[in-house]
Amino acid sequence: MKEEICEREVTCVQKAPPQGIGGWLRRVGRGLKRSYQLHLIALVPMIMIIVFAYVPMGGIILAWKKYIATKGIYGSPWVGWENFENMFNLPMFWPAFWNTFKIAVLKILFGFPFPIIVALLLNEVRCLAFKKSVQTIIYLPYFLSWAVLGGIMLDIFSANGAVNSLLNAVGLPSVKWLENGTSFVSMLIMTDVWKNFGYNTIVFLAALTGVDKNLYEAAEVDGANRWKQTIHITLPAILPMIILMGVLNLGSILNAGFEQIFIMINNLVREDSEIIDTLVYDITFGSRQYGIATALGLFKSVISGAFIVTGWFLAHKFSDYRVF
Amino acid sequence: MNRITKGQRVFAVFNYIILGVLALSCILPILHLLAVSLSSKTASDNNMVGLWPVEFNVDSYKYLIQGKTFFRAFGISVYRTILGTAINIVLIILLAYPLSKDKNEFTGRPVYIALLLFIMIFSAGMVPYYLYINDLGLFDTVWALVLPTCVPIFSVILMMNFMRSLPKEMEEAAKVDGAGYWNCMISIVLPVCLPSIATVTLLSFVTHWNSWFDGLLYNNDIANYPLQTYLQVILTNKAPSSIDESMVNIGRNMKAAQIFVTMLPLLAVYPFLQKYFVTGMVIGSVKG
Repeated sequence: MKEEICEREVTCVQKAPPQGIGGWLRRVGRGLKRSYQLHLIALVPMIMIIVFAYVPMGGIILAWKKYIATKGIYGSPWVGWENFENMFNLPMFWPAFWNTFKIAVLKILFGFPFPIIVALLLNEVRCLAFKKSVQTIIYLPYFLSWAVLGGIMLDIFSANGAVNSLLNAVGLPSVKWLENGTSFVSMLIMTDVWKNFGYNTIVFLAALTGVDKNLYEAAEVDGANRWKQTIHITLPAILPMIILMGVLNLGSILNAGFEQIFIMINNLVREDSEIIDTLVYDITFGSRQYGIATALGLFKSVISGAFIVTGWFLAHKFSDYRVF
Repeated sequence: MNRITKGQRVFAVFNYIILGVLALSCILPILHLLAVSLSSKTASDNNMVGLWPVEFNVDSYKYLIQGKTFFRAFGISVYRTILGTAINIVLIILLAYPLSKDKNEFTGRPVYIALLLFIMIFSAGMVPYYLYINDLGLFDTVWALVLPTCVPIFSVILMMNFMRSLPKEMEEAAKVDGAGYWNCMISIVLPVCLPSIATVTLLSFVTHWNSWFDGLLYNNDIANYPLQTYLQVILTNKAPSSIDESMVNIGRNMKAAQIFVTMLPLLAVYPFLQKYFVTGMVIGSVKG
């Protein structure tokens, strides 16, 4: 065994690659020659990525310009940091910023543990037919668009819609879901959690089926009941996965859900639920201040980019996660 | 087996009730919608409909069949979905195959990865992109809906992970016989990737069918709206341009019928979603 390792080391030393920048260039050159076919295969998708993701980024300079339609982005005059100053002075800027943060964090706070609990509950179900049907049904909303779901929600959460009828039926007063700011935000969070929990439940359930069955048998012999088994076996077994998903959630800390809010928002609840993304849209198509809208979009995208990278970094550190 | 204690039985009952209620909450809104769409205008406008149609009739669906706008939007959606999905699949495969090789075999892989990672964290933003699509002259064409998302990175990762999990020996035999990478990809790798291709196809299908915001941004003419955008406009009346009032002021049953028809294609592929999408996505997320 030891000799083998020695031999391998010797061959390695003999084939040691040439050092320095020249050697590196030669190696890369040889590598490219050998793999040119792979580069050709990737050529078309990479061109599309350059053209449709990188080239438009040039337009970000609009954040430091005053847009004049006839001159285009590149011909418009520079204005320094004026757009950013105006952005911070927008009356809706700080409310929108805190709303974004508040709604996104609440969505994570409720939306993250909920599917774990549902997966644990589903795992306890003995009747297979019931388990299977529940699994099949709960991720249906995940595949529906907010255009469709928004239409349904605006209807059933309306003043005398289905939800209020249900509340009245059990003796509770009606709630002004679409008119009162706090109720509206709680409705946003409820419907978002409801839309996404099914899919995440399926993911956690898949992790649960990977837990070693012998552990449960051993625990049963030791007299542990189901509750103790869940606490001491199931949870620790899926903990790495929970940590991974939790850490990756960091990336959506400014992601309050543009599509949902854009469709459901109305002027009565704007103060409590206007988020950065909807504000960008309003500035763009309401007052046509393209420079400020670009600055605001850039502001958000830089902060949330930093959070995404932090999430990836922590995920890599704690559970060896790699995006690619 | 052990005896079942009283506590366990109580838990089981509650468990079934909780899960049952959750499952019902996912299906009842849709049944309610269907019931409303099959009720009369008066009954639906006065909130008389629960889960069963009141004064059953199919007027709302008749109205849909007569209205040209709805069908044109439906057609645009079908077109953008088929075209967009086809382009997506080809580009996903072309990018995933080279990336599934390690950096010793595919020199320069880290550069590709860096380019892809960057656009996962950062994008041009709405306004620059809006002006860019305008400059390209893609407004009011199907290309504005198809090209911006023509390489979905998430699907590329999914496909790449699948290709990586294949045994390397498969390709080696062909390479010894002198086959190039292109031939290896077409005749050896692709045939075994079919389950994963099914997954990304469904993912693209769902994304294209469901997206509505691009339709709202990149169309000046309402006649070019895809179905979901059209639906969003008649439900919330939020369009940059003004629209025909008669389109918005329709009964609840009409709106319900339009929502239901919009989600029909998804309900139609739901069994396949179950089979390919969920397993594929679970593998993708668990492997990470």
